[in-house]
Amino acid sequence: MAMGVEVVSQAVRRGPGPGPVTLSVNGQEHELDIEPRVSLLDALRERLGLTGSKKGCDQGTCGACTVWVDGRRVLACLTLAAACEGHEVTTIEGLAPGGELHPMQAAFITHDAFQCGYCTPGQVMSAVALLAEGHAADDAQIAEWMSGNLCRCAAYPNIRAAIREVRDAGDG
Amino acid sequence: MRPISYARAASVDEAIAAVRADGGGAFLAGGTTEVDLLRQNVVTPRLLVDINDLPLSGVDELPDGGLRIGALTRMSDLAQAPGVTRDFPLIAEALTLGASAQLRNMATIGGNLCQRVRCGYFRDAASPCNKRDPGSGCAALSGFNRGHAVLGTSDWCIATHPSDLAVALVAVDAVVHTRGPGGERAIAVDDFFLLPGDTPELEHPLDHGELIVAVEVPPTPIARRSAYLKFRDRESYEFALASVAAALRVEDGAIAGVRLALGGVATVPWRARKAERFLIGRPAEPASFAEAAGQELAGARTRPLNAFKVELARRAIVRALTTLTDATRTQPREAR
Repeated sequence: MAMGVEVVSQAVRRGPGPGPVTLSVNGQEHELDIEPRVSLLDALRERLGLTGSKKGCDQGTCGACTVWVDGRRVLACLTLAAACEGHEVTTIEGLAPGGELHPMQAAFITHDAFQCGYCTPGQVMSAVALLAEGHAADDAQIAEWMSGNLCRCAAYPNIRAAIREVRDAGDG
Repeated sequence: MRPISYARAASVDEAIAAVRADGGGAFLAGGTTEVDLLRQNVVTPRLLVDINDLPLSGVDELPDGGLRIGALTRMSDLAQAPGVTRDFPLIAEALTLGASAQLRNMATIGGNLCQRVRCGYFRDAASPCNKRDPGSGCAALSGFNRGHAVLGTSDWCIATHPSDLAVALVAVDAVVHTRGPGGERAIAVDDFFLLPGDTPELEHPLDHGELIVAVEVPPTPIARRSAYLKFRDRESYEFALASVAAALRVEDGAIAGVRLALGGVATVPWRARKAERFLIGRPAEPASFAEAAGQELAGARTRPLNAFKVELARRAIVRALTTLTDATRTQPREAR
């Protein structure tokens, strides 16, 4: 179109009331009837019953809601569910198939990498992504690239030990 | 969170038209500021136009040595683009020292420049704030202002500009490219960030419905020897108390070229031009750096809780330039 000419928007406007949103989560498609303001985190927890992703701060500061969208770790609390249409969401429930533990989950248990456990799903999702990104060369790098996941119980040394184990085993 | 409408745009023009058509319309990119502040009732858009499908991602290395950065490029992707890590270390470091890995995967470059301040009174929808609610007053003036600005302040607003990336971009004279109902514009990054003055609600010169489409960085050979130094209350995942983007060229022990910008201490990403002017031709040594820092910070207007920032910024400037000088000495050929 010529510059400076107004076009009428063809974008389909939804809301503010509920409407259909298709979410692909852990390889499975779900039809939801939700308002545009619903966050990915609330859609997962309140509509799909996937309560592994935790709501800590709900403002992007704690990392407890860390999930993957198209394989990249992001914060589900600052992501609108409607914006995830056409993208693949992976949660802690989809990390390992059929009730098996992912090596990172097993390492967290081995190294007692949690106390209360509330931040753990986010820590694990972040830790697996961290290894895929190649940001776990040493403890300083692990600490820096895991800094978006807070642990109020301060299990950080044990979390780093779990990450080191999976890194060194090469099965993350 | 208040109810909103949502639309996903398939083209830049469609996105602009959709936002223009609704006085309460706003663009949605990474959402890390928009969704957060929407939930806090600090921003109140009625319609979010999702622009994430638009073809505005990617980093192009231009033939002249500059960069063209698509507005929807994510912080994490820009930070590891080869042209950035090789030719503009200050940009790569500023990005990697900002936010967290998750947020950097979400946040876009255009959105980063439009991010809102972290002032607790701005973010608390119940406090007086001239930026959020013009004319209501500034609770930070007599409140908890330890993190607030000492440069570029006014009696209406002392909120610190939060971006690290923007500090690096003002140091290299980046240009913000926009598209809106009136066509395309190129805005020098210095003109993009507005001092609060008596209109702190105006943060940039964008019209309603005007969209950042790219950021261009001109060829800047001096930036090959550059760094971003950031001091904060905790080691990671925190906004700056004081930060420095610096590039330096030393010839025969004298400063032949310098770029200097400050973050964490000013209401806008602060290009330290007074310091730069002083430094040209001076010996590349800490005494010069300290004098330059003193000149730049002479106009600082402090509050009891943030007076420490002047000394912190001074030391940060000296540290950054000293480090670059040492690096220049060890690899002199590359620095030329």
